[in-house]
Amino acid sequence: MDILRFITAGSVDDGKSTLIGRLLYDSKNIMIDQLAAIERQSKHKEDGDIDLALLTDGLRAEREQGITIDVAYKYFTTPKRKFIIADAPGHIQYTRNMVTGASNADLIIILIDARNGVAEQTRRHSLIASLLHMPQVIVAVNKMDLVAYSQDVYNNIVIEYAKLAKLLDLDQVTYIPVSALYGDNIVERASSMPWYEGESLLGLLENVEVQKLINHDKARFAVQYVIRPQTQALHDYRGYAGKILSGIYRKGDDITVLPSGATSTIKAIETGGGTSVDEAFAPQAVVLHTADDIDISRGDVIVLNKDIPKAARELEILLCWMDNKPLLAGNKYLLQINSTRVKAVIKDIVYSMDVNSLQKNYHPEKGELNDILKVTLKTASPVVYDSYKDLPVNGGGILIDETSNVTVGACIIQ
Amino acid sequence: MSTYRLDYLDELESEAIHIFREVAGQFEKPALLFSGGKDSITLVHLALKAFRPGKFPFPLVHIDTGHNFPEALLFRDELVKQIDEKLIVRCVEDTIRTKQLTEQKGKFASRNQLQTYTLLDTIQEFGFDACIGGARRDEEKARAKERIFSVRDEFGQWEPKRQRPELWNMYNGKIHKGENVRVFPISNWTELDIWNYIRREKIALPSIYFSHDREVLEYEGQYVAVSDFIRIDETDVIATRKVRYRTVGDMTCTAAVLSDASTVEDIISEIITTKTSERGETRIDDRFSEAAMEDRKKNGYF
Repeated sequence: MDILRFITAGSVDDGKSTLIGRLLYDSKNIMIDQLAAIERQSKHKEDGDIDLALLTDGLRAEREQGITIDVAYKYFTTPKRKFIIADAPGHIQYTRNMVTGASNADLIIILIDARNGVAEQTRRHSLIASLLHMPQVIVAVNKMDLVAYSQDVYNNIVIEYAKLAKLLDLDQVTYIPVSALYGDNIVERASSMPWYEGESLLGLLENVEVQKLINHDKARFAVQYVIRPQTQALHDYRGYAGKILSGIYRKGDDITVLPSGATSTIKAIETGGGTSVDEAFAPQAVVLHTADDIDISRGDVIVLNKDIPKAARELEILLCWMDNKPLLAGNKYLLQINSTRVKAVIKDIVYSMDVNSLQKNYHPEKGELNDILKVTLKTASPVVYDSYKDLPVNGGGILIDETSNVTVGACIIQ
Repeated sequence: MSTYRLDYLDELESEAIHIFREVAGQFEKPALLFSGGKDSITLVHLALKAFRPGKFPFPLVHIDTGHNFPEALLFRDELVKQIDEKLIVRCVEDTIRTKQLTEQKGKFASRNQLQTYTLLDTIQEFGFDACIGGARRDEEKARAKERIFSVRDEFGQWEPKRQRPELWNMYNGKIHKGENVRVFPISNWTELDIWNYIRREKIALPSIYFSHDREVLEYEGQYVAVSDFIRIDETDVIATRKVRYRTVGDMTCTAAVLSDASTVEDIISEIITTKTSERGETRIDDRFSEAAMEDRKKNGYF
């Protein structure tokens, strides 16, 4: 059994929370006490139906306003898979929360209201999916019950979305017509839409092939912590604890430590608790031992010699700005890539992108909350990175404001 | 290529170990909050995987409400001895006395809320900048919203609207003096994942997780252990039942479930077929209001 992490994106009235509620409810992943709680809260509703959206809106403010503000994580399991859902808000005001939820996802479900077709928000959600190189996209055309389950309406939306997908280089797109409110095509195929020949949404989620990329060529290991017991018995033990970001490491492999450039070979690999193994692969957390006594510390990246990543002091990045304070050229931040942190200055704001029209506005004065921008960064010392499109696990980063300590930006290194 | 793929339990384990090591790498003075329940016992097991053969870069901290199950305390002390790590215990009883706090009244008067005072005092006493806890997002809907690195202000308060974006697997633990971060390495685990992991790793647990005879009083469909900490009224029906605990909290606010499950295998089959959630079935303290957990977290709770 493996794990599929997915995110649902839809705007305020697209029925996103209802869709998740329905998925959990119909797959029997809701307990009776949870159901009783939302039944109590649904009492004010006239039709007497329970409001499945209440299952996911976890904060008082969200229930009061009937909207999703922050990402909620939900879990369910079928005999085939464990699912982790990031239920993220779709409203433009919460773009940063959606980016947060999407950054860890293998798949995105983009909801489209069948009555409205491809809307501004659909473009924004798709742009984010594209920026983050989301491996799989499912377009769920919802509220089919309100368009009399019309195949024509559905087909037109598919044609319209396909154009957008092409523009944004989204190549793995699957379409499905649903009614979340009535559960049509959610867990079971619906008799209301006999013209739809694909699987139910749950069927798609269970069977979709997710490439948890093992990139054999690019091996990257981020050092987090050095284990040195310093006891009599383990006097010389010095293990580099960290996470294999990508690739496979084997005993005897030749390695280079970056950014220093020191070289050695792997003497031993341990998995949890000091168990020795001959090989380990991403995303395992392991401890590496080197044959030579070289200087390695937190923030270093250990790579196999067959492919050495770039190290540079000037980076071009796509940035999702997440702070209320504006981004200005000349501002200084900390750039964190995995376990490395380095001081960085914004050299230039090349353009900002209108997330709804996808138009570029060159050389804007500043960046504002939820803007997608292209910027150039200069760092205090060389940073080791891959281009996000080649290797997302070593091509993303965050910007931290050193005065507020807040995470203010998501970086996608070009 | 397809052989290089992690099973879901391995993926969860690897994620948790990575989080533990980020704590070790980013903080000066972390602590692991240990309650004696299965989730914090799993945390200890994961910490062993993250740091052995080295020592933990943090002590275990137990906030003792004085209302614990004796079996859980016994287990705690044996575990600490076995792994040879440091344990710090601070008692809610002492905080009540020195700060002259008012205890809850009523039949199941609980110290659940008061333990926040002891926790915050302990954080201040030792200058802890990160507290690792065993909360899971599937437990409760406010928890479903919390980040893995959750920044708390100097009053320990969680501010859900001001949470930092948490991107990819990169954690930002930078804080100002006086603030602390609550870190939840098993955020993405469900109750069933925990039990499957306990089975796979053969992790030992306190005996009260398994079926045993216990004197309980039945109250609004829940079974509460008879102890000195609850008020027994004349009308109460007390009986000895075969029960086990699905969660281990205080004796005053944790209910037992009727069960014959005497092995981990039995428990797993029981959980798979159960119709009620973990907290719904066993936690008396969550029933107060729709936002009970959200409110407690805003006040500095775990």
